Amino acid sequence: MSDTIVIAELSKGKISAITNELVTAANQLGSNCTLVVPCNDSAIANDASSISGVSKIIAAKSGVFSNYDAASWAEALDAVSPSGIIVTSASTQSKDLAARLAARRTISVVQDVVEISNDGTVLTSPVYSGKALQSVKLSSDAVVSVRANVFSPADNSGSSEVQVIDTSGNVTTALKEMVQRASERLDVSEANIIISGGRGMGNPGNFSHLEEIADKLGAAVGASRAAVDTWDEIPHSMQVGQTGKTVNPNLYIAVGISGAIQHLAGMRSSKYIVAINKDADAPIFQHADYGIVATWEEALPILSSSLSNLLG
Amino acid sequence: MNTNVHQSNSLRLLVGDTMVNIAVLVKQVPDSNSKIQITGDRVDLSSVKMDISPYDEFAVENALQHKDSSGGTVTAITLGGSGADKVLKGVKALGVDNIVRLDYDGFMDSNGLQSVLASEISSGGYDVVYCGKSAADTGAGSTGPGIAERLGWCSVSNIIDIKFENGLTVTSPAEGGNAIISVNLPAVVSCDKGATKVRKSNVKGIMMAKKAQVEVKSVSPPAASVTIVSQVMPPAKPAGKKFEGAASAETVAQLLRDEANII
Ligand SMILES: Cc1cc2nc3c(=O)[nH]c(=O)nc-3n(C[C@H](O)[C@H](O)[C@H](O)COP(=O)(O)OP(=O)(O)OC[C@H]3O[C@@H](n4cnc5c(N)ncnc54)[C@H](O)[C@@H]3O)c2cc1C
Ligand SMILES: Nc1ncnc2c1ncn2[C@@H]1O[C@H](COP(=O)(O)O)[C@@H](O)[C@H]1O
Repeated sequence: MSDTIVIAELSKGKISAITNELVTAANQLGSNCTLVVPCNDSAIANDASSISGVSKIIAAKSGVFSNYDAASWAEALDAVSPSGIIVTSASTQSKDLAARLAARRTISVVQDVVEISNDGTVLTSPVYSGKALQSVKLSSDAVVSVRANVFSPADNSGSSEVQVIDTSGNVTTALKEMVQRASERLDVSEANIIISGGRGMGNPGNFSHLEEIADKLGAAVGASRAAVDTWDEIPHSMQVGQTGKTVNPNLYIAVGISGAIQHLAGMRSSKYIVAINKDADAPIFQHADYGIVATWEEALPILSSSLSNLLG
Repeated sequence: MNTNVHQSNSLRLLVGDTMVNIAVLVKQVPDSNSKIQITGDRVDLSSVKMDISPYDEFAVENALQHKDSSGGTVTAITLGGSGADKVLKGVKALGVDNIVRLDYDGFMDSNGLQSVLASEISSGGYDVVYCGKSAADTGAGSTGPGIAERLGWCSVSNIIDIKFENGLTVTSPAEGGNAIISVNLPAVVSCDKGATKVRKSNVKGIMMAKKAQVEVKSVSPPAASVTIVSQVMPPAKPAGKKFEGAASAETVAQLLRDEANII
């Protein structure tokens, strides 16, 4: 069995909870899991010391980790990671890193894994925009990125020592400026709950009704391509689908969205899908766990007040 | 290998050549409207309409804009069977100068694909490579950063905007907003849709493309370390619950708490 290395997933400078899921995946792929934490301040690695199923934690400390630069991150992480199967999350940034790390070691990368066979040899990922599932076998070490919300998180009853290793990398791009998002709202690619509007919203101002519910749920607001293309006020960064973002949240609420194949490509793997559409035959209903046949004008106020009651 | 690449670039700069040698990677994939069918335990593409992978259109547009701004040549490279010539002719009609096909039909693992593409790029003496953020069939997003690493180049991925004044400056989404990044050449740039409007081909371009020759090259990839075991349809989702009328929104909210445990 190969040794495994998990690259901790970070969010706002802290170790994100997905890291526990990555550890579960790693222990299915091999044994003797080393958790590598990219950091400026090695103190953040202490948060990981209780994750079960980890045999060693390495805090990879380097100035290169203050901003993302694929080349320098791969160089620094490669330098501190033992050989074996490397596991990362399948976030946009981590997939990019996974590819560079694999290339650095001249091994292959398998992205977006959603299933690992019990004996750890067969890995399954969605292909053709989720229209099919592909299973592959590894005959040597590889880098594997794992989708969120698929593997059950390792519990926090362990205790591992953190070893700090200073490392360096050559930064190859220069960050000129970070333009903060105008709204405080989450981006669809970062959110666990998404409520999206389509052309059926009628006009962009009506997205405020989606925002109201998003605020209650801590959700991000997304959109269909028809909404993005029709209204300047709805930016492409909100678009979900084949030429927008691929999302994998716990809950996806589609409002006034027909459910075209290219939209489904971006959200069909969501754990729960709710659809609100006035057309009972809209294709989105074939994919919805809970479908509401009604206009959003009527349904959203009721959904909103029901949520308020439930959330207290 | 890496040092050679850097040397050849600096040599070209020394002789005062400011023209940019641009490559763009394009891949043929099933049209996004197509239904995927399985025969045996493999995806069967025999009756599927094929097209250029959607993000590669933005890669081509950015490559052409780079040429418009700096002068130089754009070479489109694909790795695929002879069917992929259609995609190459399509981008030729848009204004790409050279079209190259690395002849290979079938599955290559990422290590094989990247090493073959990287060696073609290295021998072509390119300064910059544009590619799509991810191919519509793999959804991987591995090829751009993987090639860059093999060449020892920098890479930026999923860019949504690009400017050519004072070198290359790109915009790419990052946590909390957008990062504006200045990129040193040589570099690999993977392209998302963003605000870019892609140009359309005109009759003259299409006529020229018809006559254009695809330069076909043979490749020999390293042995695969990833093999496909099976391709299957995703399991059908159990039928959901469908309710008539707005009042059911209350029931759905309850279900989200009591059945789905989400809120
Ligand atoms: C190459 C390619 C890439 C594409 N990429 C994407 C992509 O990334 N993302 C994407 O979304 N699409 C994409 N598309 C477009 C896709 O094919 C559809 O056109 C698009 O998803 C439709 O958006 P929509 O459902 O909002 O609009 P429509 O299809 O117009 O549907 C609107 C829906 O709203 C419902 N409705 C209307 N009024 C109300 C009301 N008052 N209350 C409730 N419901 C109402 C209607 O019944 C209808 O079902 C792509 C297409 C191509 C060819
Ligand atoms: N066989 C190929 N031929 C040419 N370019 C490719 C090929 N495979 C991938 N690419 C390029 O790499 C991008 C990302 O592909 P992928 O890593 O498979 O998601 C694509 O959008 C293309 O620009």
